[in-house]
Amino acid sequence: MNFLNRDIISISDFTKEEILHVLKHAKNFKQKPNQKILDGKIMASLFFEPSTRTKLSFDTAMKRLGGAVIGFADAGMTSTAKGETLQDSIEVIEKYADVIVIRHPIEGAARLAAEKTDKPILNGGDGANQHPTQTMLDLFTIQETQKKLEGLNIAMMGDLKYGRTVHSLAQALAHFKAKLYFISPDSLKMPEHIKNELKDKKIKFSEYKKISDIITKIDILYDTRIQKERFPDLYEYEKVKNLYILKLSDLKNAKKNLRVLHPLPRVNEIEYAIDQTPYAYYFQQAANGLYVRQALLSLVLGAIK
Amino acid sequence: MEPKIIKVSAIKNGTVIDHIPAGGAMAIVNFLKLAKDKTVMLGINFDSKKMGKKDVIKAEDKELTAAELNQVALFAADASVSIIRNFKIAKKFKIELPQTFLDIVKCPNPKCVTNQESVKTKFNLFKPKPLSIKCQYCERIFSREEIALK
Repeated sequence: MNFLNRDIISISDFTKEEILHVLKHAKNFKQKPNQKILDGKIMASLFFEPSTRTKLSFDTAMKRLGGAVIGFADAGMTSTAKGETLQDSIEVIEKYADVIVIRHPIEGAARLAAEKTDKPILNGGDGANQHPTQTMLDLFTIQETQKKLEGLNIAMMGDLKYGRTVHSLAQALAHFKAKLYFISPDSLKMPEHIKNELKDKKIKFSEYKKISDIITKIDILYDTRIQKERFPDLYEYEKVKNLYILKLSDLKNAKKNLRVLHPLPRVNEIEYAIDQTPYAYYFQQAANGLYVRQALLSLVLGAIK
Repeated sequence: MEPKIIKVSAIKNGTVIDHIPAGGAMAIVNFLKLAKDKTVMLGINFDSKKMGKKDVIKAEDKELTAAELNQVALFAADASVSIIRNFKIAKKFKIELPQTFLDIVKCPNPKCVTNQESVKTKFNLFKPKPLSIKCQYCERIFSREEIALK
């Protein structure tokens, strides 16, 4: 299994064994996050869309491993504002850095960037398409909380139509024979192309409108924000924005091992009262992003195998 | 006796593409640039026992290769091809669906990078029946009805 100079663009590019290999290294980094194994390496951090966790955890991952970071958090402050294409930007930036992390609103942007350079590209999210490092940290967190990844009952709730995290996670969980439960309003259902992929891989899934229908069955509840920025029509957003708020009372009959995950940011979809319960695991989930990204950076830069 | 009606003349040399879905011939002629410097005859909406209605293309003095024709397999998956030499059928073959489609169809997803930057489209065959293809960039899967030739 060779990760040297590998691009991390889409979770569908990875085998089950490769994913487990990354998680194994993430576990090691969680025990020892400060290791100067990327001393002298530079990461370009190109965020064309807002980010808190992904950008900061990538930047921290690189720095805790002894590397340096260049880049931007706002494309408005770069030559993109002058009309420079993504392709041209990558052709230049790849000459300054050893590895590039990119978040972009256009789908396929990371894949295009990877074609323009031999340096490894890590996709920090491309539109509503993929967010593979988020998926890997989600899997790491599920494994950590459930002590396994195989055969779990996993619910995904909220914006399943535009939510790239749930698309990537559903695709990844196909490797681990999860049973999936999708809870959303009709206008935000899991897209047909994802469901077709799941059917192709013989993964069982079912769709619901209310969490109460399945709360007693599930091991993981993966909640997501209704994303205003992805709606082409704001009127449609206004109709659904408050429909799926997870309340403490919703978890009354939940299994003891249930954990609530959320890629964050949370707006109003999880009641703050849940934060103090053993079910809440979304902040620990965010912390795990650091270790998974350390593992990926180290692997693609050849510091570990 | 009723005179035999010949709707499209025979060609001495060239390529005949038969069993094209009705209405699809013009897009194929344009995509393959068949009419650039050669004579092309079209039959549109002919009756067909096999398909109900069909189109036919006869390209004079041009022998298309299987590789060229497989590019249009998305739009004429059941088409049959005959290479004509001296009014006789010299070779017959069926169009085959390739595994990848390079710079042939436009991605229907407006948020795909191929619709934002100067990039050639790339699709993989997802399923042959019913036909669906997957964009290598935005990873969306599209049915035959959703796509159009570039």
